[in-house]
Amino acid sequence: MSRAHEPVSVTLAEDEDLPVADAASQGVIGCHHCGTVWQGATEHEHCGVCHAPLHVRKIDSLTRTWALLIAACIMYIPANMMPVMVTSTLLDEQRDTILSGVIYFWTSGEWGLALVVFVASFLVPLFKLVALGILVISARRRSRWQRLQRAKLYRLVEAIGRWSMLDVFVVSVLTGLVKIHGFANVHAGIGIAAFGAVVVLTMLASLSFDPRLIWDDAPPISTVNKKQEPA
Amino acid sequence: MQKRPDLIVCEECDAVYQRMPLGEREIARCLRCGAELERDTGKRLQHLLPLTVGALILFVIANVFPIVTIELQGLSSQTTLIGAVVALTRDGMSEVALLVLATTLLFPLIQLGVLLYLLLPAARATRPPGFVLLLRLMQAARPWGMIEVFMLGILVALIKLSNMAEVIPGPALWSFGGLTVLLTVVVSFNPRYLWHLWEQQQAEQFGDQGAGA
Repeated sequence: MSRAHEPVSVTLAEDEDLPVADAASQGVIGCHHCGTVWQGATEHEHCGVCHAPLHVRKIDSLTRTWALLIAACIMYIPANMMPVMVTSTLLDEQRDTILSGVIYFWTSGEWGLALVVFVASFLVPLFKLVALGILVISARRRSRWQRLQRAKLYRLVEAIGRWSMLDVFVVSVLTGLVKIHGFANVHAGIGIAAFGAVVVLTMLASLSFDPRLIWDDAPPISTVNKKQEPA
Repeated sequence: MQKRPDLIVCEECDAVYQRMPLGEREIARCLRCGAELERDTGKRLQHLLPLTVGALILFVIANVFPIVTIELQGLSSQTTLIGAVVALTRDGMSEVALLVLATTLLFPLIQLGVLLYLLLPAARATRPPGFVLLLRLMQAARPWGMIEVFMLGILVALIKLSNMAEVIPGPALWSFGGLTVLLTVVVSFNPRYLWHLWEQQQAEQFGDQGAGA
């Protein structure tokens, strides 16, 4: 069951977005941490409930997201080029990159598994880099383009981001497990460090992006209902 | 500044709404962006303490016993989560080891430990020491606990090995499975409701002062 709260004073504007009161324009701030709503609070004042500093928008959101995103893009190259895992047996030494691991699963008939690893380790990070890039650029331009879709895109990035840690965990388990002297030994390759860095950097980037920026400059509306003002 | 308990602000698009009382299991969503504004926690809070205790017990088992044992030509090898972290450190990957340690052990433990501490009956009567710091720590740790991803990672690793060696699942594997389920339920509880829970109790005890600092 789903039900919405009553929006505060809606006036209709000729725009594709649903016009609603924006907290920043109403002089109220919702604490980013505990959700308590404060009226007449100024930037950097502390929330009376959880003591977290209050912000209208996350501080330097776009600059921080952009910086973390660029760092993640740089690390994405070694993450895919360098070996993530080195398997040494009596006879030979095998160096696996992310994609060669996927190909190994594919050729050995484990198609479902190949697909899972390909999605989690290759598509998800790439998707996150592209999606965050689109979000930052469109927010910086204060674009009105596809606001609802962009809000959904952000939610998707937040939800799937953690799953790209999959390969880091696979390599960790194999490194810890396959230590049979003389027969087989698995070592973590340098690529996995770069890959882990991509995951952490993109997660930090999506945490520092403020989705409220998608909606800024949305249609203006009238003020809070007078009857709701405290006596 | 003045507290406005009658208003609710969308976390994702900053739209302001009049707060309405929610019925059982109802969820309020933002009309503009579709983000969840609030959900009725109702009875879920009562289930949370036993679930947290259960998750902590599984957490201990999952970390003490080996996850899996492999056998190859009469030789065997096994690992725990800590064993994997140590192996990574020995390979000169201490940053990766730290990342694995934090996401599978440290952050989930912080979440469960803090939740247990704050949900204990004694702690719910009064504001326990360190309440503000611990609850904020718990909220900060929330996106970084990745037990369910680790669980999938174990499975992928096992299928990979099953072609070349005999794989014997250990007690920790089942514990990680159970922990994945329990944590999904526990973590889906947004810790921000604990702030309001404590506030309500304070209001009941001292009468509502309305305005904040």
